[in-house]
Amino acid sequence: MEAKAKFNQALIHIILILVSITMLVPFLWMVLTAFKSMTEATSVNPFVIFPSVWRTESFTTVIKNMDFPVLYLNTLLLIAGRVIAAVLTATLAGYAFARLNFRGKNFMFSLVLFQMMVPGQIFIIPQYLMVSKMGMLNTIFALVFPGLVTAFGTFLLRQAYMGLPKDLEEAARLDGCNIGQTFLFIMAPLTRSSMVALGIFTAVFAYKDLMWPLICNKDVMPLSAALAKMQGQYASNYPQLMAASLLACIPMIVLYLIFQKQFIEGIATSGGKL
Amino acid sequence: MAKIKKGTSQARNEFIWGWAFILPTMIGLIVLNIIPIFQTIYQSFFKTGDFGSGNIFVGFANYIKMFNDGEVWQAVINTFKYAIVEVPFSIAIALVLAVLLNRKMKFRAAYRTIFFLPMVAAPAAIAMVWRWLFNSEFGLLNHVFGTKINWISDPKIAIFAIAVIGVWSIIGYNMVLFLAGLQEIPGDYYEAASIDGASGVRQFFNITMPLLSPTIFFVTITRVIGGLQVFDLIYMVMDRNNPALGKAQSLVYLFYQNSFVENNKGYGSTIVVLLLAIIMVITVFQMYAQKKWVYYN
Repeated sequence: MEAKAKFNQALIHIILILVSITMLVPFLWMVLTAFKSMTEATSVNPFVIFPSVWRTESFTTVIKNMDFPVLYLNTLLLIAGRVIAAVLTATLAGYAFARLNFRGKNFMFSLVLFQMMVPGQIFIIPQYLMVSKMGMLNTIFALVFPGLVTAFGTFLLRQAYMGLPKDLEEAARLDGCNIGQTFLFIMAPLTRSSMVALGIFTAVFAYKDLMWPLICNKDVMPLSAALAKMQGQYASNYPQLMAASLLACIPMIVLYLIFQKQFIEGIATSGGKL
Repeated sequence: MAKIKKGTSQARNEFIWGWAFILPTMIGLIVLNIIPIFQTIYQSFFKTGDFGSGNIFVGFANYIKMFNDGEVWQAVINTFKYAIVEVPFSIAIALVLAVLLNRKMKFRAAYRTIFFLPMVAAPAAIAMVWRWLFNSEFGLLNHVFGTKINWISDPKIAIFAIAVIGVWSIIGYNMVLFLAGLQEIPGDYYEAASIDGASGVRQFFNITMPLLSPTIFFVTITRVIGGLQVFDLIYMVMDRNNPALGKAQSLVYLFYQNSFVENNKGYGSTIVVLLLAIIMVITVFQMYAQKKWVYYN
């Protein structure tokens, strides 16, 4: 029995290690290719796995040609704009939907749920026309625009407020707090973990968004759209393509490795609470 | 009397604060999402000129064109092919991994971190590296397997190769959702089953599957909807002159091409309305079918 349990344990680890390798190989290959010369990258016989010299030319070239500092800044502003707007509006609305009673609430909340059930592409043409009419194409504002409010986040924060005990508000009201003060000083701080979850969720999906930046901004690009554009131009310079991909991925991966727990909870578990 | 007055002023208060709190969200949602739904449907009855100004009402012409458009139907098939690979495989593999990880073990956190990693990488970068792995001349895959397969330029397999990227990208996400669901299942069930001598496999099918079925249902619904909207991977992996493009482009890809490359937003809207209809029909069907296999206690 003991031996069998040990064997099972080892088998499980072997399976998990094989899957881990599958998940990591594309990232490793990205790193290895980025440091190779073009000749090494496209050498078939012999097939080169490790670069003979770890070259950094591809990095310096793409950083200069694609203007990576600006790409990072654009992406940061896109993320910051969407996160601040989403957390702020969703916290306010989530509290009202969970804890206040007023006329029109149920109908408005049904609109929130309705929005979540519709595929997102249906909003894109009118959103593009709006930004275009405002003369705001090719701005950071255009990148942030579709993410100014969030039905999903409103729902998530509503769930968080619903889970808080009622007597807190009663006590605050007896102490003479009005609704705004109760919200700001008593209730909102208690949903901090949900706000963080929504913030991370919003940040990651803003960072991954490709179609909207492709449509609205031809010049002021975030990382995702810049990679797409670059692929069209340097289609077969693999070391440079991989160097650019790596540079685009690194900041988010580093943040993820530092804040693993918050990332996984923020992205997956909040997705699961729907 | 005083009490009633206090009650009504409280109600008035909640009305004012409530609306003040939801107003930013509701204005945003109505302007950015609710009205656009109807605008898109409205737009699908128009033919759009090059500069958006030449809107000509054409009735059902876009719909008639679409129903006779072989490219659209091929895109529907491509989209389904993608989803039929991505959804079941990503769910089955994620489920197995979640069950294996749902115990005290060494390196549990490390495995979870690694499996989830693709979720935080930009799809554009993921697609580029996979495209490089798939490269028929210099790619790692053909070298390791000793094959000469044109993974992404052979019309017969391109969409499946892209679906493999999709599976790889989403396994970690599904797995974390399943792990959260598994935590809810009380350990006593398994203890009792072990005492009765039920094997691990039997425990999986008789305890884990039924008790996890609400989570499996939720993940399936969201993955089907997500899979039918595939765009990023196809846009990044398939070049405009790739011979397999016709057999790999998805509905959303066609929507993008028609609306923003060929600038026929009327026809683009018609395609997205078709996507909406397909997703709604499939979701309603799944909601109905769940009664047969999902257990809520």
